[in-house]
Amino acid sequence: MLTKRVRDARRSAAEATSSERSLANTLSIPLIPASVVLRAEHLGRTIHDKILVRDANFEAFKGEVLAITGPSGSGKSSLLRLLNRLDEPTSGTVFVEGIDYRDLEPRELRRKLGMVTQRPYLFPGTVAENLQYGPVQRGDVLVPHAVEELLNQVGLKGYGQRNIANLSGGEAQRVSVARTLANSPLVLLLDEPTSALDEAAKLEVESSIQKVVRDHGLTCVLVTHDPAQASRLAKRALLLESGCIVRDGLVSEVLHA
Amino acid sequence: MLRLFFHTQLQLGFAQAAAAALVALLVIILARRRQIHLETETLIAMVRGLVQIIAVGSILVILLRAPRWTSGFLLGGMIVAAGATSARRAKGIPDAFRVSAWSIAFGAGSVIALMTLLGVIDTAITSLVPVGSMLIANAMNTNGLALNRFRSDVLAHVGEIESALALGAEARTSVTPYVQASFEASLIPAIDSLRSLGIVWIPGLMAGILLSGARPVYAAIYQFVVLAMIFAASGLTSLTSSALIGGRIFSPAQQLLLQPGR
Repeated sequence: MLTKRVRDARRSAAEATSSERSLANTLSIPLIPASVVLRAEHLGRTIHDKILVRDANFEAFKGEVLAITGPSGSGKSSLLRLLNRLDEPTSGTVFVEGIDYRDLEPRELRRKLGMVTQRPYLFPGTVAENLQYGPVQRGDVLVPHAVEELLNQVGLKGYGQRNIANLSGGEAQRVSVARTLANSPLVLLLDEPTSALDEAAKLEVESSIQKVVRDHGLTCVLVTHDPAQASRLAKRALLLESGCIVRDGLVSEVLHA
Repeated sequence: MLRLFFHTQLQLGFAQAAAAALVALLVIILARRRQIHLETETLIAMVRGLVQIIAVGSILVILLRAPRWTSGFLLGGMIVAAGATSARRAKGIPDAFRVSAWSIAFGAGSVIALMTLLGVIDTAITSLVPVGSMLIANAMNTNGLALNRFRSDVLAHVGEIESALALGAEARTSVTPYVQASFEASLIPAIDSLRSLGIVWIPGLMAGILLSGARPVYAAIYQFVVLAMIFAASGLTSLTSSALIGGRIFSPAQQLLLQPGR
């Protein structure tokens, strides 16, 4: 029985529960390391003596959806902003595929770690122009077929020439997801992507996120204050309180402990 | 009416200043009734302006007899003061004083130098300093407007700017629309002055030239010359400060430093 559980745990370190990990440690059986895409080490940010994030240590594995949950003001969004270096950490660092992110050019880092914000903040113009924004910044152009393919993935086929002023909140947020995907990111950082939407739009966006994460094999870090959403979208979760990670494990363990 | 009560020129001058200040105070009171509080800033500006102009007026008497090269020092001092004044409109923007001073020095300074070289501005201290100060003062106003507009636009569009950064845009690219808007907005007064010249206003300089015995047509043409120089100096200043300021609000890691509440 024990051997079977350890064997199961060896399938993927990402999927191992904390008890399975400790069991593997006790028996000195190494877990087969799932590919770590993102690793935060002693990550912290303090401004004007206010601690926003304190000593955050965690990993995100390839293809997994990791939820960051916690009450309002617990530092979830601050932690996410540190991951793509929109804010500078005052301690620690982040490794992206084993490389310290301070060794990466900020623009390259942000293309690798694409971010979708709470509000979509689309640029004036058409949906297609918004999708072109990222590729144009690196001197590239998305062919019309690629634009249509991205829009298809988020359920907005045929929306390319629509002006962003004529989109609903849910549609705009899905355009924002597609715009981020146009950079072919390694990791998708989602900062409460549905918190400004009504229930129907929220489910549409969630469905788009699930589809693109599955289709692209993306690693996804999702900030949400909604435990039900974390359960629907993620397998693992971190619970933050006052800037500190107080729990790290399977969503069911973290949310119902 | 004031002439009936005040007989010496100095008394009359102070009485006229008091009357003009009273009208300005009335505006402040009206603004206050609409919950717009400009009292302290306006009062300080008025007292400061009066003291400064009296001091400069007194110094000018001495300077009129000073050698020509002293005008360079005077104009240099004015540029530094103008830089400090307009930098106050850019609260929270790092290096605002240096950006302002360099922009005004380049914008107004190069126009003054070129026009003096071409003989458009006379090298006599009595001509170079007043005309130069006009260019510097207008460059200062334009710079202040540009920085103020840029600051408020950036603070109102933090989400858009950070979205652009998150998509891999260069820091400067992410603020390009706000740099352009601030440049355009800052030049509105200079463009409107040129457009309305002679119709809406006849500047004091023209009256001065007429009083000195010049022909009216020449006085009118020279007024256009001054306004065109003001436009050139203001535009160059605004272009320079827009170019310099775009990069200052970001850290070396291309993080937006100008944020609400920071």
